[in-house]
Amino acid sequence: MAHDATLEMPAKKLWGGGTSPFGASYGKLMMWFFLISDAFTFSTLLIALGYARHVHADSWPLVEEVFYHFPFTHAHLPLLYVGLMTFILIISSVTMVLAVDAGHTNNKKGVLFWLGLTVVGGLVFLGSQAWEWYTFIVGGEGVMKTVIVDGQAKEILVQGANLQYNEYGHTQFADFFFFITGFHGFHVFSGVVINAIIWWQAAEGVYEKRGHYEMVEKAGLYWHFVDLVWVFVFTFFYLL
Amino acid sequence: MSAMDSTHKEELNVQTAHVEHTHDHADEHHHEDTFISKYIFSHDHKMISKQFLITAIFMAVIAMMMSIVFRLQLAWPGKSFPILEPILGKWAPGGVLDPNFYLALVTIHGTIMVFFVLTGGLSGTFSNLLIPLQIGARDMASGFLNMLSFWFFAASSVVMLGSVFIESGPASGGWTVYPPLSALPEAMPGSGLGMTLWLVSMSLFIVSSLLGSLNYIVTIINLRTKGMSMTRLPLTIWAFLVTAILGVLSFPVLFAAALLLIFDRSFGTSFYLSDIYIGGQALEYNGGSPILYEHLFWFLGHPEVYIVLLPALGITSEVIATNARKPIFGYRAMIASILGIAFLSFIVWGHHMFITGMNPFLGSVFVFTTLLIAIPSAVKAFNYITTLWKGNLQFTPGMLFAIGLVSFFITGGVTGLILGDSALDINVHDTYFVVAHFHLVMGSAAIFGMFAGIYHWFPRMFGRVMNKKMGYAHFWLTFAGAYGVFFPMHFLGMAGVPRRYYSNTEFPIFNDLVDINVLVTWFAILAATAQAIFLFNFFYSIFKGQKSSQNPWRSNTLEWTAPVKHIHGNWPGALPEVHRWAYDYSKPDREEDFVPQDVPMTEKELAEGEH
Repeated sequence: MAHDATLEMPAKKLWGGGTSPFGASYGKLMMWFFLISDAFTFSTLLIALGYARHVHADSWPLVEEVFYHFPFTHAHLPLLYVGLMTFILIISSVTMVLAVDAGHTNNKKGVLFWLGLTVVGGLVFLGSQAWEWYTFIVGGEGVMKTVIVDGQAKEILVQGANLQYNEYGHTQFADFFFFITGFHGFHVFSGVVINAIIWWQAAEGVYEKRGHYEMVEKAGLYWHFVDLVWVFVFTFFYLL
Repeated sequence: MSAMDSTHKEELNVQTAHVEHTHDHADEHHHEDTFISKYIFSHDHKMISKQFLITAIFMAVIAMMMSIVFRLQLAWPGKSFPILEPILGKWAPGGVLDPNFYLALVTIHGTIMVFFVLTGGLSGTFSNLLIPLQIGARDMASGFLNMLSFWFFAASSVVMLGSVFIESGPASGGWTVYPPLSALPEAMPGSGLGMTLWLVSMSLFIVSSLLGSLNYIVTIINLRTKGMSMTRLPLTIWAFLVTAILGVLSFPVLFAAALLLIFDRSFGTSFYLSDIYIGGQALEYNGGSPILYEHLFWFLGHPEVYIVLLPALGITSEVIATNARKPIFGYRAMIASILGIAFLSFIVWGHHMFITGMNPFLGSVFVFTTLLIAIPSAVKAFNYITTLWKGNLQFTPGMLFAIGLVSFFITGGVTGLILGDSALDINVHDTYFVVAHFHLVMGSAAIFGMFAGIYHWFPRMFGRVMNKKMGYAHFWLTFAGAYGVFFPMHFLGMAGVPRRYYSNTEFPIFNDLVDINVLVTWFAILAATAQAIFLFNFFYSIFKGQKSSQNPWRSNTLEWTAPVKHIHGNWPGALPEVHRWAYDYSKPDREEDFVPQDVPMTEKELAEGEH
């Protein structure tokens, strides 16, 4: 491992020029710095969410009473499905680790197998999210609410959710749900596309010719980041 | 860039990788450049820096012209200037500036100057030119991303300028685009398509800034030549590094804020909007907070001030040390103060919001952190002065502009103490006092840093020297003009004249102050005219200027060891090796009064230790 080699160097020589102090290529460093930047974007959104929850604490719904559906059953299973989604996404991180590991030994078959599974895991997550959005938007029996329609306050039956009002609680609840999970979902979608492209390039033998699978590692960094962000979204939106 | 192709994890010996990197480039010398790959989609950092510079100059001229137009209105409110009608058309019926367009001009002037000239232009030009040349690298880590960074910048410039020409006019809510004004398209003409284009343009700008910053950081970390340790870096590089880090950490917050704003505008969410009526009609927005936007905006906005200023300070350190023929005073203190300023800049944003209803206790916390910035700033100011002290001063135009920066930095910084104090700020907030403060400390200071950089590194960019006499004229007229414009504004502000108002004729209390506004406008016209000298000098010298020698200012840094003629990879043959810091000027028992960084240490020097 590169780190073992570089750690032995005294700090003075490590930072003395003519060498990469972190023992990493520019591409990997760029990915790290990009992820730090992206982490700030997500932090911004989560802090804004925290602010909104704090201000509207009285009309913020109990999240487990909103997300209790599970496909193919009418049982009341609070947060079980989103828990399953989270589990799938974390498992896809594990398969990504195995893909990166296979890359280290130039094991093309291993890379294709594990990266393929990662793509599948990402797609399952996206599909689950689509299902969850659908359930959330359609809603249940609905509640009577006073809302403003065309400049007039009216009492109407509100079912499900849109960006103006929803049956579950404060407007901001649905606004932040759609925005944060949507923004994260877009990241997952980009990750799936990137992973798919890399899978295809690996299958074509591009990295075999290049002699190393560093692209898998870089995509892996991004994928782990996206999973990690989901853990925070899950915590701050669903669990707290 | 195949620099790191060989970095297979098993054998990742970066030393080897770096050597291979060198060879890659040496081979590239045979490449035949087409016009397109050389001048348009160039991957070469020197060309990209020129592209940034010329785009920024173009944008700056437009933003400066805008300021003259609204200065005319401020000095002679409601007066007809027949020349305006043919230029502005329906925005100046009968030669009188339209109030909505006045607001648009102020907004776009601010946006262009802050983002396009002093962020994109300043960092884009000098980080690109100097990072590889001063650290001894062949090019940026990724030439391709660097090229993309410029073209995103160009695209965002086109969108921003394009927004001026649409029917409803460009964004007009001030450069900070606070909601609800910016969130409700029906709020004012400029909140419609103009605001949308502003947001599109800024999104492109953020992409450009991110790509550029990532490249700068990674290049400085990975591609320093042998011997170029972090404490031998010229202060320019330290400033560019920290600026890039600030950009990477603060622009994503603006990006998130802008995305939420876009959703409020276009999709009906209520992140920033709460119970609101427009034209007597209740809107369905519910429960959002415009103050949230202010927090998010200023979390970017305050570091942005230092994104603008730090590169200028870095350039000044270099120019002043070279032209005082003295080592920079307090090299490590300078680095520490750059880092201190950068850290503090993230915890002071509340001082832009003292009167938003903020808890006075929280306000006092922000006062404390804000006033702390005075310490590293004062360290820098004193170090400049002590570097100048008893130096063998060479008054090149670059040096004059660098000294000018120090002057503005101090003058503008002192009023920062007043504005940073919440009790004092209440009296002058949103007045011309604020306008005066930031135009001196970040506007004039940063633009003077940029001019210093242009005069100083023009020979490195174009192989010729800019005309010195024209440089002197440009400096003195601009210096007098800038103080003439911004100094009197302090008095307007203390008298209570609010900023951004189209005219103050409704307030008899301000009648006596009209003369000050007339004076300010005349100085603005003087300063603007002086830029014509610069523009002529700049473009004339590119083609007809006096040919430069390899090291015209007898400077120590590595960029002057490269041949005058630009080549791919910067140095023919091997990269220079670095043996000393960048500030060995006027060393005793040396024949020359400078020792470039690639000159090995003598036995005696080794015995005495480095600086």
